[in-house]
Amino acid sequence: MSGKLTWISFSTIFRREVRRFMRIWPQTLVPPVITMTLYFVIFGSLIGSRIGDMGGYPYMEFVVPGLIMMSVITNSYGNVVSSFYSAKFQRSVEELLVSPTPNWAVMAGYVLGGVARGLIVGLIVTLVAMFFTSLGVEYLGVTVAIVFLTSALFSLAGFINAIYANSFDAISIIPTFVLTPLTYLGGVFYSIDLLSPFWQGLSKLNPILYMVNSFRYGILGVSDIKVAWAFVGVLVFIALLASWGLYLMSHGKRLRH
Amino acid sequence: MTAALSIHDLQKTYDGGFQALKGISFEVQPGDFFALLGPNGAGKSTTIGIICSLVRKTAGNVSIFGVDIDSDFAAAKRLLGVVPQEFNFSQFEKVFDIVATQGGFYGMPRKLAEERTEQYLKQLGLWDKRNTQARMLSGGMKRRLMIARALIHEPKLLILDEPTAGVDIELRRSMWAFLEEINARGTTIILTTHYLEEAESLCRNIAIIDKGVIVENTSIKSLLKTLNRETFILDSSEFLSETPELAGFECRLLDSHSLEITVEKGQSLTEAFVELKAQGITVTSMRNRANRLEELFISMLSEEKEEGLGS
Repeated sequence: MSGKLTWISFSTIFRREVRRFMRIWPQTLVPPVITMTLYFVIFGSLIGSRIGDMGGYPYMEFVVPGLIMMSVITNSYGNVVSSFYSAKFQRSVEELLVSPTPNWAVMAGYVLGGVARGLIVGLIVTLVAMFFTSLGVEYLGVTVAIVFLTSALFSLAGFINAIYANSFDAISIIPTFVLTPLTYLGGVFYSIDLLSPFWQGLSKLNPILYMVNSFRYGILGVSDIKVAWAFVGVLVFIALLASWGLYLMSHGKRLRH
Repeated sequence: MTAALSIHDLQKTYDGGFQALKGISFEVQPGDFFALLGPNGAGKSTTIGIICSLVRKTAGNVSIFGVDIDSDFAAAKRLLGVVPQEFNFSQFEKVFDIVATQGGFYGMPRKLAEERTEQYLKQLGLWDKRNTQARMLSGGMKRRLMIARALIHEPKLLILDEPTAGVDIELRRSMWAFLEEINARGTTIILTTHYLEEAESLCRNIAIIDKGVIVENTSIKSLLKTLNRETFILDSSEFLSETPELAGFECRLLDSHSLEITVEKGQSLTEAFVELKAQGITVTSMRNRANRLEELFISMLSEEKEEGLGS
């Protein structure tokens, strides 16, 4: 398939993904905003005012970047895993499999769809956060780059989860038992400086810690970890997951008989 | 001339060890209307699945208009349109979007995809439903939607896996007319169906597959010539209390006004009519019990079964 035809095919998948989550916006865009607003009210305003400073910033300012990143991660992952698994379940994925669209374009179309939802939700949550605190951006390039790459990484992870999944239960196992604990323990609500050296060391094995801290660095200019390592780590994970996804697609894992 | 579809020694063994295809070979010529028949589980859908890449073959070669699916699958796929047996579209998408989006998957610019979508939805009587979610369509409409979707990129080879299953007779006939029209315009069509009347009236050539092997591959005309016996149902105006004796014919009373009579190759129905008239029975109408291809199909499969039991 020539470059132009592949581009049309890829953009068709991407547009369809955006159309899908925009069509069901009460399920896709509203709930994360309500959840995050509750976090802002409870952890930021009510409890946060009694906590005092965290990492040299008022707790509300500290927690907002983490909560934005949390909404980006969960929505990017959730969009791709549910959309691609639904396509498998309804067999509409066969529309793509019988077409000349290359595997990488199928994966990229779904992943970029997940990124679009993650970023839109992240933007809405950011706007809501501005009602609770004043938000500046210390390093715009770092902020945009890390949020985009993190969204792409978790969209890829959602894509792989959807390929392996053979029931709707299987697409909720990873978010419930892996993603949520890693996110909550990934420095969203606290600085790892508060932890003992053992737990600090353990926390540093959590990849989400690096993404949250890099984003916080972009917004506030403060981080528990070296931001450069975060970018290296995210790029390596993206390369690994993309290769894994393409391998599964080319071998037709749970997609072809 | 390059065959529209060429299959050579195609084999498929599933993970559990079940051998669905045991090395089948056949060709379909350009412009043909070809029937691929066989009982349930014979290997028809596996064959179609391999052609359109949803099933991975174990061995053998498949080429579409000379393009080998292993060497250039993208090019082969552009030549092929498939209407599967089961509904495989998003139930929540609108009819128009499903068809136009498929055009995009084949690299068609949006404007062209929309024009073609309008054209095919109109031809298939779905234009009024263009803004309806697919799940709201009737079974027949869903089948037509899949035909419109398969035609959006104007394939040279169209494969339909039981396209009229569950479709009422009126709609079925309008679909036949539509398929004959696109075949007349040059599209090669391969059809699998359980309605043998459909295959007999539409198709010129046929392959019959059973237990993963091709048991017959010829023209429908030649195949029907091999038919050794036909069963007719005769309706009579007289009240029939018992089965009439007809020398040389196998005869059975169905009810008080109809008879079933089997005519062997070489026998003449006129002889039966003369004998019936001599017994005071007037035949008012007559029809085949099953269509001719169906009789042949059943007899072929029964012979296979007997041979299997014998061995």
